[in-house]
Amino acid sequence: MSKIKILDLQKIKEKNKAEFELKKDGYRARVVVHMGTCGVASGATNILTTLLNEISNIRLKDVNVIPSGCAGLCAYEPMITIETVDQPPVKYVDLNEEKTKEVFKEHIMGGKPVKKYALVSGNEATY
Amino acid sequence: MERFRAYAMLCAGIGCIEKGAMKVKEALESELKKWGLHEEIYVVPTGCDGFCGEGPVLSFYPDAVFYSIPSVEDVPKLVEEHFLKGRVYHKLTIPGPYHKTDIPSMNDVPFFRYQALRVLRNRGLIDPEKIEDYITRDGYLGLAKALTRMIPEEIVKVVADSGLRGRGGAGFPTGKKWELGLKIKSDLKFVVCNGDEGDPGAFMDRSVMEADPHAVIEGMIICGVATQSHKGYIYVRAEYPMAVRRLQKAIDQCYEAGLLGSNIFDTGFDFDLEIYQGAGAFVCGEATALMRSIEGKRGMPRPKLWRSAVKGLWDKPTVLNNVETFANIPQIVLNGSEWYRSLGTEKSAGTKVFALTGAIKNVGLIEVPMDTTLRTIIYDIGSGIKKKGRKFKAVQLGGPSGGCIPEDYLNIFVTYEDIEKSGAIVGSGGMVVMDDSNCMVSTAKFFLDFTADESCGKCVPCRIGTKLMLDILTDICKGQGKEGDIETLKDLSEDIISTSLCGLGQSAPNPVLSTLRYFKNEYEMHIRDKWCVTGVCRDLCTFYIDESLCKGCGACVRACPSKAIIGEKKKPHMIIQDNCVQCRSCWDTCKFNSIKILPLSARKAGEAEIAAMAAALTEIPAERELVEVTR
Ligand SMILES: Cc1cc2nc3c(=O)[nH]c(=O)nc-3n(C[C@H](O)[C@H](O)[C@H](O)COP(=O)(O)O)c2cc1C
Repeated sequence: MSKIKILDLQKIKEKNKAEFELKKDGYRARVVVHMGTCGVASGATNILTTLLNEISNIRLKDVNVIPSGCAGLCAYEPMITIETVDQPPVKYVDLNEEKTKEVFKEHIMGGKPVKKYALVSGNEATY
Repeated sequence: MERFRAYAMLCAGIGCIEKGAMKVKEALESELKKWGLHEEIYVVPTGCDGFCGEGPVLSFYPDAVFYSIPSVEDVPKLVEEHFLKGRVYHKLTIPGPYHKTDIPSMNDVPFFRYQALRVLRNRGLIDPEKIEDYITRDGYLGLAKALTRMIPEEIVKVVADSGLRGRGGAGFPTGKKWELGLKIKSDLKFVVCNGDEGDPGAFMDRSVMEADPHAVIEGMIICGVATQSHKGYIYVRAEYPMAVRRLQKAIDQCYEAGLLGSNIFDTGFDFDLEIYQGAGAFVCGEATALMRSIEGKRGMPRPKLWRSAVKGLWDKPTVLNNVETFANIPQIVLNGSEWYRSLGTEKSAGTKVFALTGAIKNVGLIEVPMDTTLRTIIYDIGSGIKKKGRKFKAVQLGGPSGGCIPEDYLNIFVTYEDIEKSGAIVGSGGMVVMDDSNCMVSTAKFFLDFTADESCGKCVPCRIGTKLMLDILTDICKGQGKEGDIETLKDLSEDIISTSLCGLGQSAPNPVLSTLRYFKNEYEMHIRDKWCVTGVCRDLCTFYIDESLCKGCGACVRACPSKAIIGEKKKPHMIIQDNCVQCRSCWDTCKFNSIKILPLSARKAGEAEIAAMAAALTEIPAERELVEVTR
């Protein structure tokens, strides 16, 4: 990255946003894998690998996978958050490989959130 | 709170915020004021109901109408129609949440509902290893503002006016510290971030450094601008490898992007930053010991003849703040002090991050406005005690420097004022919940064991005093307690507090004092009756099966590691005292509450005596010193 000027901040913001914004003809879904120490300790790395494998198996190009920090509920790790076009993000908890595969198939591919593994939908309040 | 006729609940989920929810809030408030309605209708930012596609979303309570407000220009008409004319403004309504998904929304789940994220605003949203993600969430805009549109005095003023207090433990006003840091003239000044986090049960700072390292870095650079300092250190314990890695990566990215180094944003301002890894000694979290450690010396506190802001690292003026304190800064500079003060109380403004652990269901990391009660945190956010049948006993705040707060005080706010009156401290934010299977004498012993071990050894009262206290507590837990021990503990506490050099010694007796204040009779029963009612102290209890309650299910027989329980199926069981090792496994397993914990003397007592002891074993009232907590 070259040196950033103040005016670049807005440009980076817009570019990054546009690149990763969910839309029908761009990224259709975003999967956040919560990978703080707590998440990694309870197997988040495995969940990430599972997801990436599923995605590369069918050469999916429109799903964006992001490793991120702890989502706060350390007791329910590993957790992921899935957001698809037109739907609020859904947090899945206590995952393992099988559950992740099921969620991948049903929610990301089928567009139907899997209620039994889901804890909550929506965004957290920041004010 | 005053009573309002109606509430306008504005979604403050990031989806809606990004789409301008806060502008809608301002417009709404000024419009309500225009009509003189601001005392009747209250605008509250709330959690997310999941209409993220249609934000900013506003709902009215008690009317239960949902509006989507794409532009602030719609606000006057909405207020006119809805509040003045009293009719629904159909142009903007959206169907209620019932029509959405069947997965609970943020407002349905107490863990999320009561939180307000500022420090943790990017948690789980961005890739902490990508600077672009941080910038997309308005990252480094605060720094840009500080460098181009503010003079150092203004930055210090906004931080002072915000009421932000140090989140590392003592709660010292951050603005005051920075003011001094700016005033002092020196060829070299330092900014130091304290990421040592040594309290047992605390993991706030680690999570912040892991989830949002750039926020800490931006806060530090802003501090550099405000105090005219050009060099910073982040002190992190080496036991936090992921935090160290992510911070290092973030620092590298900053150098590459010109956000660290020379001539930042072409303003002529230079700032360098490096990580210093500590070896994980508790005392190195103390500001002066930490600075010695960075100097390459043994981490020991020095007398506070002058403030660190005057003479700190290498005897140069140094502003040292906690990780969470710094992570608050970019948002304060960007949004102003009024914004920061919109949450919390007068003396404790804003939000605080807590690490919620122990015997609680939702172990995790939370951030709440400081005027949240302990009860909300423990029973709503934490979802109460984890183990079925167990009851809440106390919550430990502030780690080894803090104290325990019992049930009676759960209605106090987690503000510096209220918590201090209860005998504990807010500390850095570790919150360990204990249920009624915890022995308070052992809890105090645990913390003294920790401080005696971590005392750097420089001052006699701390080095020897904590050891003496630990010896007395160990004796009490082993059944060798004597009359007068409680008084000796109190005496020693006073001496250690008043004669130790640093905060470690000055606060080390707190866990003992606070348990003595609320659970004195547990100490007395340990000493006088040789009885630990929770069965934690093995030498002070006898496990006994109440035959009238035992169903003979055999669960305890299977749980017992030393084959001490006998009995036929479906008939009352019995414990062979000679085989029992007092491990408490049977008590933990029994679903019928038939295992009773009696004093040591019951081991040799006859049937009749035991029956009498068991009968006396009703609820033990805690002898508490009642304090008025007023706000
Ligand atoms: C024994 C001891 C341990 C401490 N440990 C920490 C720590 O781990 N993290 C921290 O930020 N402050 C710790 N402090 C408090 C620091 O001395 C200092 O007050 C604080 O870092 C200042 O930052 P703040 O004003 O932002 O809170 C400790 C103090 C003592 C006496």
